[in-house]
Parts: sequence; C-alpha cells; structure tokens
Amino acid sequence: MSLSRRSLLAATAATLATPALLRAAGAPIRIGEINSYTAVPAFTLPYRNGWQLAVEQINGSGGVLGRMVEVISRDDAGHPADAIRLAGELLNDQKVDLLAGGFLSNIGLALSDFAKQSGKLYIAGEPLADALVWGKGNRMCFRLRPSTYMQAAMLVPDAARLKAKRWVTVAPNYEYGTSAVKWFKQLLTAVQPDVQFVGEQWPALGKIDAGATVAALAEAKPDAIFNVTFGGDLTSFVRQGNTRGLFEGRGVVSVLTGEPEYLGPLGEETPEGWIVTGYPVAADTSPANSAFVAAYKAKFGELPKMGSVVGYALIQSIAAGIIRAGGTDTAAMADTGFPGASFATPIGTASWRALDHQSTLGTYVGRTALKDGHGQMVDWRYVDGATALPSDSAVKAMQAG
Amino acid sequence: MTVFLVQLLTGLAGAAALFLVAAGLTVIFGVTRVVNFSHGSLYMLGAYVGWTVLAHLPHSIAGFALGVVVTALVLAAFGAGLEMALLRRLYRAPELLQLLATFGVVLMVQDITQAIWGAEDLTLPRPHWMRGFVAIGGERFPRFDLVLIAAGPLVLGLLWLLLHRTRFGTLVRAATQDRDMVAALGVDQRRLFTAVFALGAALAGLGGVLSLPDGSANLQLDLSVITDAFVVVVVGGLGSIGGAYLASLIIGVLQAFGILLLPKLTLVIVFAVMAVVLVFRPQGLLGRAADAVREAAAPPLVRPAAPALRLLGAAVFVLLAAAPFAVGPFAVSVLTEAMIAVLFAASLHFMMGPGGMPSFGHAAWFGIGAYAAALAATALHLPLPAALLLAPLAAAVVAALFGWFVVRLSGVYLAMLTLAFAQIVWAVALQWTGLTGGDNGILGVWPGGVLAGAHAFYWVVLALCVLATLLLRRVLYAPFGYALRGARDSTLRAEAIGLPTVRIRLAAFTIAGAAAGLAGGLSAYSKGSVFPTYVSIGRSVDALLMVLLGGVQTIAGPIVGALAYTGLYDALLLATSQWRLALGAAIVALVLAFPQGIAGAAQQLRRRAA
Repeated sequence: MSLSRRSLLAATAATLATPALLRAAGAPIRIGEINSYTAVPAFTLPYRNGWQLAVEQINGSGGVLGRMVEVISRDDAGHPADAIRLAGELLNDQKVDLLAGGFLSNIGLALSDFAKQSGKLYIAGEPLADALVWGKGNRMCFRLRPSTYMQAAMLVPDAARLKAKRWVTVAPNYEYGTSAVKWFKQLLTAVQPDVQFVGEQWPALGKIDAGATVAALAEAKPDAIFNVTFGGDLTSFVRQGNTRGLFEGRGVVSVLTGEPEYLGPLGEETPEGWIVTGYPVAADTSPANSAFVAAYKAKFGELPKMGSVVGYALIQSIAAGIIRAGGTDTAAMADTGFPGASFATPIGTASWRALDHQSTLGTYVGRTALKDGHGQMVDWRYVDGATALPSDSAVKAMQAG
Repeated sequence: MTVFLVQLLTGLAGAAALFLVAAGLTVIFGVTRVVNFSHGSLYMLGAYVGWTVLAHLPHSIAGFALGVVVTALVLAAFGAGLEMALLRRLYRAPELLQLLATFGVVLMVQDITQAIWGAEDLTLPRPHWMRGFVAIGGERFPRFDLVLIAAGPLVLGLLWLLLHRTRFGTLVRAATQDRDMVAALGVDQRRLFTAVFALGAALAGLGGVLSLPDGSANLQLDLSVITDAFVVVVVGGLGSIGGAYLASLIIGVLQAFGILLLPKLTLVIVFAVMAVVLVFRPQGLLGRAADAVREAAAPPLVRPAAPALRLLGAAVFVLLAAAPFAVGPFAVSVLTEAMIAVLFAASLHFMMGPGGMPSFGHAAWFGIGAYAAALAATALHLPLPAALLLAPLAAAVVAALFGWFVVRLSGVYLAMLTLAFAQIVWAVALQWTGLTGGDNGILGVWPGGVLAGAHAFYWVVLALCVLATLLLRRVLYAPFGYALRGARDSTLRAEAIGLPTVRIRLAAFTIAGAAAGLAGGLSAYSKGSVFPTYVSIGRSVDALLMVLLGGVQTIAGPIVGALAYTGLYDALLLATSQWRLALGAAIVALVLAFPQGIAGAAQQLRRRAA
C-alpha cells in the first residue's frame, strides 16, 4: 500500500472529522438553568431536587434522542441583572442549548427578553406573571406553571359557591398581588354580578403588620376574604387572624396556600375550610404521582413539595419539546417542537400551547384541614390548566395590547 | 370608637416590637459609633435560637419567660464575641467602615443560619395561653400583644435604671458624650465597648424571640428588620433610648392607622415619617445637635496622581480597550458591568469622600437614570445618544430637588435622609405601574444599529465611564473641589472666607446624582431591562461597599473598590453555592487587612517606601 501525501492528508482529515460527527450525535443536551437559590431557598431547594431527579431518571432510561441531559445550574441571588449576566455566561461560555428556570416574575421577564434578544429558547418554570406569555410574550419564551390569572380562575367557581356578597382582599404590595386581586375581582364579578369588594389591604412583602391588617379587614365587616399573601407574611396573618377571630364564620379563598411550602409552617394553626390552590402531596395516589413521591422520597428522604413537582415537570416538558423537534435547533424547538408537544408530569398530562406558549399544566383546588397537628388539603381535585385559560380571542387581544 | 382603640393598641404592640430592636441599635451606636448593619442578623438569630431553646422547655408561661432570658443571654455572648473578634479592631478606622465589616457578617450569618436550621420557615407552636385574647367592646385583642405593649416601657425603664443608677451606666453615658475623655480618665474602653455590644445584641435577641408567637423564624427577618430599626433610631435621635421609644410609638401608631386609611401606602409610610422629621429636626426628635465646634482632624489633602500611577491607569485603559479581541463575550459583559460599577462608585465617592456626604440611598439616582433611559428608548423612541443624555439629566434634576433638603444635614442623618428619598423613588417605581411597569419593569431596552454587537456597546460604556470618572476627578482638583473639601473640613471657616457652603454641597450632590444617573442609563442598555430592584436598598449598599472597600480618602479608591467587589462577587457566585459565606468572609478579611481600603493601603505603602 503506497502512501501518497494527499491520501495521508485526506485520511487524517477523515479521522479528525469522524469523532467530531460522532460527538455531535452523542453530545449531551445542555440546559442552562437559573434560579434564586439563595434568595428563595424554601421553594428553590425542593425545586432543585425535583429537576435532579428528572435528569437522573431520563438519563437512566437512555436520555433524550439518545443524548444525555446535562443541567448547568446558576444562582441569580434574586437580582434580574445577575440573571441576565449569568444567562450570557451559560449561552456564550457553557454553550447551552436552551435556558430554563426562574422563580421571581421580574427575573422571568428579564430572562424572556434576553432570550428574545439573543435568539435562544427560555423555558420559565415557576414565574407566575401573566405578562410572560401575554402582554410581553415572545417566540422564544415558554412558561410551565399556571399563571396568576389561571390560579384566580381556578378558584373562582368555588368562591362563587360561597354566595358571599361582601368581599375583602389582602395581597402583597407588588405585581403578583395586584394582578391576582385584579383577576379575582373581574372573574368573580362576571359570574356573580351582585358581589361587592368592600376593603383591600396591601402589606409590603415580607413586612406585613399583621395585627393592624387583620383589624382593618375585620372593620370592613366582610362575608368572605380573598388572600394572596404567602410565606412569612401568611404565617403572621393567620396567627393574628386566628387569635382575633377574623376567619370565624367567613369564607376564605387563598392562592397557593395549599402548597406544602406554605402549609407546612402553619402547622397546628392551619385554618380549616379555606379554599386554596396547592398540592396534596401524598394524598393523591394516582400512579404517576405515587411513583414520583416514592422515587423522590427514596432519593432525598423527604416528601416532595410543589417546587419539586415544578422542577421535575420542567425537565419533562423540555425533553418532550426536544424530542418533537428532533434535536436542539432553536428554530425547530421554538416553532415546531415545543408548540403542541405534550408531556406527562406527576400531577397530570399537559401540553405546550401554540397560541401563547403557556403550558396547560394545572394545579389542585381543595380545602385546608387540620389533621394530627398538620395542615392538609382535603376535598381536592386536579384542575387542568386548559380549562382555566381565557378564550383565544381574549389572549390575542392581550398579546396585541 | 372600639375600632379606634383596638387599632391604637395594635399600633402600640407594633411600636414595642420596633423599639426592642431599635433600642439595642441605638445603645451600640451611641457608645461605639458603630453603624451595626448586622443588628438585623442578631434579631434573626434571636428568633432561631429562641425557637430551638423554647422547643426544649415546657410550653408554660414560666417556660417561655425562661426561654426568652436564655435566648437573650446566648445572643449577648454572641455579640460580645463579635465585638472582640471583629469590631474591636476597627474603632480607629474611618467612619462607616464598621458598616462594611458588619455587612460581611450579615452575609455570613445568612448562610450559616440556613445551614443550621434549614430553608423552611420555623414556627413556634402556640400553647393555649399564648392564643388568648381580651374582648374590647366586641373586638378581640391578643393577650400576647398586651405583653408586648408592656415589654416596651419595661425595657425602657430597665435601661434607664441601668444607665442612670449604676456605675456601668455612668461610664456608658460618659463614653456616649466623649469617648476620648473617658479613656483619658483610665477607663478600660475595650471592656466597656464589649459590654455595650453584648447588651445591644441581647436586646436584638429579645426582639427576635418575642416575635416568634406572632410570626416565624425565617431567613428574611434580618433585612426586613434592619431598615425599620435604623429609621426608628434616626428619627429618635442617634444614641437616645427615650427618643427611640418615642419614634417607635409614632411610627407604630401611624402605621396602624395608615393601613386603615390608605392601605397602598405601606411601602413608604416609615420613610415618609423619617423624611418629614429629618427635614424639620435634623438631629432627630430627642437627639442632641451635633457639636459643630469640634472639628475632626482633616483628612490629608488628596493630590493628583503621581506620574507612575497615571502610566498604570493609561496601561489599564489600553488593556481594557483591547479586551474584546482577547476574551469571550461573557467576559466582555462582565467588564461592561464592572465599568458601570466604577462610575457608580466614583459618583458616590465624589459626594462621600471629598464632599463629606455619605449616602445610603445612592441607588435612587442610578435608578432614575436607568428608568429615564428606558422610558426614552421605549416610550419616546429616542435614539441611544438622546436616551443616554436624558439619563444623567433626569437624575440631576431630581437630585437637585431632593438635595435641597439633604445637604443641610450631616453624617448619618444625611445618609438616612438620602435613604428615605431613595425608598420613595423605589415605591414610585413599584407602584406607578402605568409609567414604570411596576414590578414587571421595562423590557426591550437593547442598543440597536451599529451598537447592537456586544463589543461596540462595550466600547461606548468604557469610553463614557472612563470619561465621566476622569471628569469627576478633574472637578475635585478644580477650585470647586477645594471649596467642597473646605466645606467638609470646616464649615465655619469656609463660610467665614465667603464660600457658600450649602450651594457648593448642593452642586456636588447634583453632580454625583448626574454621574450615577449616567451609570444607570448605561446599565439599562447593557441589561436590556429596568426593574425596581435598580433602586433597592441592596443596590445602594453595593455602592457603599465598593467605595469603602477601595478606601474613602483616596481618589483611586472607588475604582479599585468597584473592580474588587464586582470581581469577587461575580467569581464567587459562579464558584460556590455558599457564595454569601465566602463573600462575607472575604469582606471581613479585607476590612481587617486594609482598614483604610485597598487603595488607601496601597497609598500608605507607597508613602512609607518614598
């Protein structure tokens, strides 16, 4: 066999090129993930467990399109500016295929705008702001959780059944609180025109003056209360409300309160009979949820929280979009892969809507109850997100405006 | 009428809670002059330690009382340890440096608390007696809140007895008035200061553990408490315990009734009270007027940079300008941010160092600049140059307006008034949704056209930031700069030779605001969006940290400080999930190693070598 200079070069080029091709086929799918790990640890740490479990399971069963999934995670410290800088790092230095994550709405919006600007996909897990898919939605941004509007819409049928006339509202003094109250008022008035909103309280986030807030609400002599506070504010509010008898003989409708993150700290003070959205962790014995709870418990030694479900479902929803797109080409993912892709989650099957890139993942609506000194959700049902969305024409109007 | 009474009592309970935190802070400040930023952390630790202690005690009234005392003692020991290990080494350092050190402690305590107690909120099960209430004309009022209402005057009375009827108290009061004289009379200051710090920490711990029945131990307590505590201390008059009580009464009761009448005002009510009080009574309600006669030893004159330093600066500039050819896009974005931080820090240094006007609210001007640029770009569709011109202009106009009130004050009072104004700007950004988009901010503020590439915009930022920073330096060496320093070092003498000190300070304040506004405008374009966080207290603290880290009394200080702080922060955020612990430890180490700031230390070294 004679070796010419040319054939040697060709052969070298071939051997150099082949592994590169092979590498591309088997290269891991890199997801750049950003969240407020130090700023909101009570939610984001269970969330991290959730996506870690999903990645482990997917890779254990052969990956996505034969490629392993790799998540490169960053802490945004609760600052939109840091989130943008880290997103740049993930795209340019880590060469991730798409971005995901977010807890705070403003960080979600900042990342969404960054994704639009840099032409990469961003899948928002937790951020609830309606603007993310409607007012400020864009081709590159998808959002998993039921938004503020959807949470309010899911609660309204039960709220209307209370047949209460005089309502008061209490919500944290920022966008999430104001839009939750706005939607609740609007949707409840639509089904129950004689409803009156006779008082509202806007405590500063994390700084509720619970005694004064409870007294001011009681002063309005309401029949029912709509609550949007959560976390430490909720604990203080419930304690003052219990002592001062605010909730006695009154219906209470409360957003997110049934989530173990927020129900847990209420402990033996959990008020009974509140209508809430949340997650009845171990009580939902559907095969999907039971398997998830068992696997989670085996790996982390504790029960999952709502954040865990979001983290887990986030990875599943991304995998479904990539499989449908047949790869990680951004245009393919954004235009044909994700829109219409359906995916299984522990709490129900959902899909990505083509219209506004909102997922139809739902949540549970039920009532709070106290059992053995712990708060629980009872009488719950899973509400499909698709049933809690406004009409397509209404969505289009919001997208335009 | 009943409502009025119940809300009044509720306000009094809130006032008591405020007072317990503020009392410790004001005692510490009065004697040691330490602006203890970690006081909120001590409060948070009080809640967590109290939770653990109370879990091991019977749920009776006696058990609770014992737990409260034990918690206060644990915190006293912690406070004493903190003073001996850290603050004791910093009393001779420039004013406000302790603030930097205690901020390092805040960061470390956050991570350590989370490591020990976990991320979830911890709540204390309330036994029956704690849930009880008294009926007031058909309304219920929690019995435990009556305990709180009583605790306020009780603590006030005990503190008064301690300060006025014991030898320790006499020494503390003497030290509050004249530290050096007390030292000259042979009193061991070190022990006195340790004891005072322990007392303050115990009071913070007391506040923390007493907050448990009405709330929870959570990781947000530290920062949510600290600003309100500062407000109470300043409104009452620094170092005045009676003043702190009066201020907490006013704020607590106003808050309770404010919620009843204007629920949307919750964000600003405390700061509005502070602004009004400081405008009409600059030394707080019961504070003594500052001793205008005694002049601090004037800091050494800052001279233009030595030729070698200029060469170094020029070399760094050339390297920075060439950087995009050598490093990746992420590094360029980090450098962009560092340049903006340099200008932001330099603008604060301008008023804080040579101007002698420290600010806790410098983010206001940064934020106004950012919003002005963003609105110009999105609502008015102005091109980038016009938007970037509008940013410093808008900031300057508002700074001149607020500055008219601010420059008449001095020291911590001045700093707190800037904080009050910054909080008002923040509340406007958050609540005027129609203009600012509220919490959702303004999106889509990206540089377009020829500047769309990351490199081109980086060069614009580099050029503008370097130019503006050099301009600020140039102003300091102009007659105006000397006049400004004259007004700082001796207002009386400056006025005697005919300098209009108030106008000079106002001009400096406005210039600093404009420079910060330009930094904000550039930041809006580099991030593509603006949010109320740009005006948050955290942003103001960042500026302060950068200036202090670099050194207040050197011109290169803010530049070095900004580069060091952003560099450390960016690197640690990427490197470890425990970045707060690492960053806090790094800040504490730097403060201990370079009490004059990094640039200050370098300058001393050079002088010694010369």
